[in-house]
Amino acid sequence: MADTALPAPRRPFVARYPSVLIFIGLLAVFTVAVTVLAEGFGIGVVSTSFVKTLGKTLCLCLVALAMDLVWGYCGILSLGHMAFFGIGGYAIGMWLMYARTEIIVTESLAAAPLPPTAQEISDGIATQIFGVVGASEFPPIWTFAHSLPLQLLAVVLVPGLIALVFGWLAFRSRVTGVYLSILTQAMTLALALYLFQNDSGLRGNNGLSGLQNLPGMDDVPQATISIVFFWASALALGLGYIVCAWVVSGKFGSVIRAIRDDEARVRFLGYSVEAYKLFIFTFSAVLAAIAGALYYPQAGIINPAEIAPIASIYLAVWVAIGGRGRLYGAVIGAAFVSLLSTWFTGGQAPDVNLGFYTVQWVDWWTILLGLSFVCVTLFAPRGMGGLIDVIIERRSPDRHGADLGPEPGALQEKEADR
Amino acid sequence: MSTLLEVSGVSVSFDGFKAINNLTFQIGEAEMRAVIGPNGAGKTTFMDIITGKTKPDSGKVIWGERSVSLLSMSESRIAQEGIGRKFQRPTVFEDQTVADNLMLALKKNRSPFAVLRFRPGREDHDKVAELAERIGLSSALQRKSGELSHGQKQWLEIGMLLAQDPRLLLVDEPAAGMTPAEREHTTELLVEAAKTRAVVVVEHDMEFVRRLNCKVTVLHEGSVLAEGSLDHVTNDDRVIEVYLGR
Repeated sequence: MADTALPAPRRPFVARYPSVLIFIGLLAVFTVAVTVLAEGFGIGVVSTSFVKTLGKTLCLCLVALAMDLVWGYCGILSLGHMAFFGIGGYAIGMWLMYARTEIIVTESLAAAPLPPTAQEISDGIATQIFGVVGASEFPPIWTFAHSLPLQLLAVVLVPGLIALVFGWLAFRSRVTGVYLSILTQAMTLALALYLFQNDSGLRGNNGLSGLQNLPGMDDVPQATISIVFFWASALALGLGYIVCAWVVSGKFGSVIRAIRDDEARVRFLGYSVEAYKLFIFTFSAVLAAIAGALYYPQAGIINPAEIAPIASIYLAVWVAIGGRGRLYGAVIGAAFVSLLSTWFTGGQAPDVNLGFYTVQWVDWWTILLGLSFVCVTLFAPRGMGGLIDVIIERRSPDRHGADLGPEPGALQEKEADR
Repeated sequence: MSTLLEVSGVSVSFDGFKAINNLTFQIGEAEMRAVIGPNGAGKTTFMDIITGKTKPDSGKVIWGERSVSLLSMSESRIAQEGIGRKFQRPTVFEDQTVADNLMLALKKNRSPFAVLRFRPGREDHDKVAELAERIGLSSALQRKSGELSHGQKQWLEIGMLLAQDPRLLLVDEPAAGMTPAEREHTTELLVEAAKTRAVVVVEHDMEFVRRLNCKVTVLHEGSVLAEGSLDHVTNDDRVIEVYLGR
């Protein structure tokens, strides 16, 4: 069964990883199919709101990829990744809100007898945006909100910097395992609690809203905007998948999987485990933030509840159910579970009448999800992605348990004769 | 022969228990040394100190011709300096192939950015193949290392050590759980390695130590009890007392 052939060096990337090509192919087919069926440019069988749901789902798949990178490949169970997703959303949301309010305020002031000064416009925007939390001035955090390029930069830089600092502190002190998970939960909880405050500068629990209305595009119907965002999400997921596959395919992937399996041993091989963890943690935080920046304009609203600890736990559940340590597993898990969740919690699933009790899925869905998480962990640790192994029959023999002594067959006859 | 590693006056205690007590040890380049001692003599702790896993309470660990101290370095930095370690239990990355394991260990730039861009070339594959040949795993290169037998895992780990091209190899009980034929092969690997670099072997098995045919250091209660040829130390009264008891 041992393949004696040497690995042929320099085979093309796609040939070594056919799953990348298959994934991109499927994603392209899906995108075209949705475009044809949607209202924007197609025959209009699929509603605009469902296109938005699908677009959001693609963003969730992207953040699941990021989670799989840190957890499935590097063994860092981060339970705070949705914080980065949320920060990405807030960063883009600030510009969307500012720019749109600016247009509205400018239009309303244009009717005034005297042309408005820049200060008047700025005050008008601030009153419009922050009136809801009883403020009328821009907090310093909004300094760059007027500029799309700067806010786009913030989408990448702010979560990247937070991940870098947080990771540096945590990994340098060799916090691992469940302690690190708790620390990441604390991080996302602290951020959520801070944002809940009215004086946080981001409108407290109201969050940022009206994000689905792109500034200056009031004439463009939502049907068109939704399909464009769907394309952008598909593109981001496709590119994200290729980049992740590239990162984990080579020696870097080998090192981070080795860190997952035996951190101390990797250290004695001369690799700085902390530097690798920091790299992958920061990279995946940035990926999560990009996903968030695409998600929230489709969702239309972001508030601090979105980055509550539970959101990040859901993310881990998706990846576990999909199958960690394989990129397509994360995508399958996120797509399947989040769509199913939308269906169950949207009130579309029919109630089950047991005679003495009626199971209402809106309430019972969480329990079903929890049970399936427990079952997957116990009985199918490879998750749904493991089904693909069964199909293509690439199961590797499990020979654990032979660590402590020679195999029964290792004692050859000539040695036994001595 | 110049000194490669010099450990002097090192002490370390865990919760009041002195695991290492004023230990002094030297090894030159291209030297083989066996370290023996009863359980709890501090053999593993001694290796932990050299590789940076444990920081001693006092003493000095001086390395190389530039005489740098290893005490302030991290584990990975020490490994990069050229100290390789093999653990008692074989610890290879079971989820990865033998070739991946060797490639991981190959002496290359270890920084994340360099590794990210790294794609193995012809000469890297050749080197891996050559190492596999030496450790007798040529036919298993594409197998997952978790599928290997215990002895093969031990060799793979020795192969990974050699791939690192270290100047000092620390080997903890390399022959544990091996068949006689496997032991012989292991002895050959170590003796061969000691021709070009320093090798420290921690071992319980006297027969194995005899076959290594090298200078022996006996540890007892965290310090050196005796040092010399195997015959010399086994005739030492104190060593006999420690080993055989009263």
